[in-house]
Amino acid sequence: MGNIIRSKRFWLVAPAVVYIGFFMAVPLLQMAYVSMLERGDYGGVNWGVFSMDAYISFIFERDLMDNLVVNTDYLQIFARSFGLSAMTTVFALLLGFPTAFYISTQPQSRRNFLIFLVTIPFWTNILVRNYAWMLLLRNGGLIDGALNWMGIETGGLDVLYTPYAVSIGLTYTYLPFMVLPIYASLEKLDHRLVEAAFDLGADKRRAMSRVILPLAAPGIAAGCILVFIPCLGAYVTPELLGGGKFMMIANLIGSQFGAARNWPLGAGLGFVLLALVLISMMVYSFKFKSLPEESR
Amino acid sequence: MSEVVISAKSVGKTFGSGADKVTALDDVSVDIFQNEFFTMLGPSGCGKTTLLRLIGGFEQATSGQILLEGKALNDLPPYKRPINTVFQSYALFPHLTVRQNITFGLEMQGVARKQADDRAEEMLELVRLAQYGDRVPSQLSGGQQQRIALARALAPAPKVLLLDEPLSALDLKLRKEMQVELKRLQTETGITFVFVTHDQEEALAMSDRIAVMKSGEILQIGAPREIYEAPTHRFVADFIGDSNFLVGNLVDDGAGKRAVKLGGGQVIELTQDVSSQRSGEVTVSVRPERLGLVAESQAGDNQLVGTVSTVIYFGTDTTYQIDLGNDALLTVRMQNGSGAKADFAQGERVGITMSPDSIRVLAD
Repeated sequence: MGNIIRSKRFWLVAPAVVYIGFFMAVPLLQMAYVSMLERGDYGGVNWGVFSMDAYISFIFERDLMDNLVVNTDYLQIFARSFGLSAMTTVFALLLGFPTAFYISTQPQSRRNFLIFLVTIPFWTNILVRNYAWMLLLRNGGLIDGALNWMGIETGGLDVLYTPYAVSIGLTYTYLPFMVLPIYASLEKLDHRLVEAAFDLGADKRRAMSRVILPLAAPGIAAGCILVFIPCLGAYVTPELLGGGKFMMIANLIGSQFGAARNWPLGAGLGFVLLALVLISMMVYSFKFKSLPEESR
Repeated sequence: MSEVVISAKSVGKTFGSGADKVTALDDVSVDIFQNEFFTMLGPSGCGKTTLLRLIGGFEQATSGQILLEGKALNDLPPYKRPINTVFQSYALFPHLTVRQNITFGLEMQGVARKQADDRAEEMLELVRLAQYGDRVPSQLSGGQQQRIALARALAPAPKVLLLDEPLSALDLKLRKEMQVELKRLQTETGITFVFVTHDQEEALAMSDRIAVMKSGEILQIGAPREIYEAPTHRFVADFIGDSNFLVGNLVDDGAGKRAVKLGGGQVIELTQDVSSQRSGEVTVSVRPERLGLVAESQAGDNQLVGTVSTVIYFGTDTTYQIDLGNDALLTVRMQNGSGAKADFAQGERVGITMSPDSIRVLAD
């Protein structure tokens, strides 16, 4: 009886499985295929002509003598993207943890309201929000103007179209993804454990470092992943706040399908990124498997 | 008497304000002595846990002060008090091993790693869980977690150990075991234990002294025997064990002694020293097992006489309900010894024997 019910329940997830299976797996396989084909001269690919050029050219280029020499251009963009994503994650953590901690210490009714406030930015289109940041950050913009008005001569802030502007924009965009999982883990945290830490002689700082932080670690890790990975794939923010001068992985991939007319390389770069993300996820899950069960 | 460790002086604590104001403690004063097993006993909401949390530093008193060895604790945060707590929920750190839990307090005191580990082994042996140092709390049973919580709180050798209903989550058998265990730990470590419970049996079994609390006040403080044998308040007599309550008028028996005259005219003599100031209606209490029954024919003058209304056989003893008339009911519990005592049947007229020292006149 139970088995019949259980096997029938499968049909509840079937539509989602079919939807994701088809619309995600098929394009993914298609891209994998494309990445292993020869590029077409005017965009597209030469179907059926296999080539590993895309993956080779990620690291090497051919010089005039047709020898392979190392070309770090793409690697640099990857490294820059990872660095910028890491920086953004750190900013988001520094801003997000205190926020989540504050919310978790409020009375229940207030907490719900504050969490609601955290999610408000989602109501506005990301493009609009990025344009708003351009208005804020540009020379003579709101921030620059305010600083000058206060008597701080900036001589032009020169922040817009720099990596900093991109990081500021990304931090802003993904901050809620940091706050929410950390809040979830802090909210679950048994306040009596903190009292026990105080009782055993831990001051506030050590209660934080020895009890609260370790117990919130799964939430912090989840928050970092939820910020870091979308950051790696960010397209709009580096395009607008980086002004196209400052390329991240997504912009590079986009350009390969567009202006550069190198579909296999675009697809190949996508798969390199996917591989790197999967590796970091595996490192994460390995690290947190070693923790005791309850704190997970 | 030995030295006072904890001294509460006119401590008051209110929560909230205005119309929502709740008085948790009302002008409570108590001295707790060195090397004492002191229990605060009362129903939930009587303020016992609040007093414990004030001593621990988790709450601030609204008025009055708490002294530790003569020094005011008032604004000292919990982490600066040489007082440790065993929490009701144990509150073991789930992300640390048993050993790390036990060394936590030592580490906070700056004790060297090696010494702390040695102390942890010592504590694990003390609570008889020597093999469990490397486990995490979630791998332990409730009783084992309880012992680790004790070991953790005892490891830094606090001046006072606070225990907040630590046995309430355990099943009956384990609870009995832990009662013995706690008493043993207290004796072995020589640390002052301040224990909070709503279980009168637990309190009687373990304590050197008990403070019975009700509605934010301490009604009576005394040794278990004193609390049981000589309750001062109806609440105390009722809360701890079973009691009979009789209402009568205080009179002089003519020979300079005080007595209580019941509604039916019977007079109960008292040995208790009742102030000559008191007169009029009083309530007296007497424990059921301090009463005996005899056949009516053997009853002397002035002895209480009644009719057996119920007989309940419990194996070790038999409980009789005696109707004294005037709506007064008495419960009498008699042991079923081998020295075949008389059996009394329902409806039988019986005389009730009692020793005057088991009769207690209660405060108003």
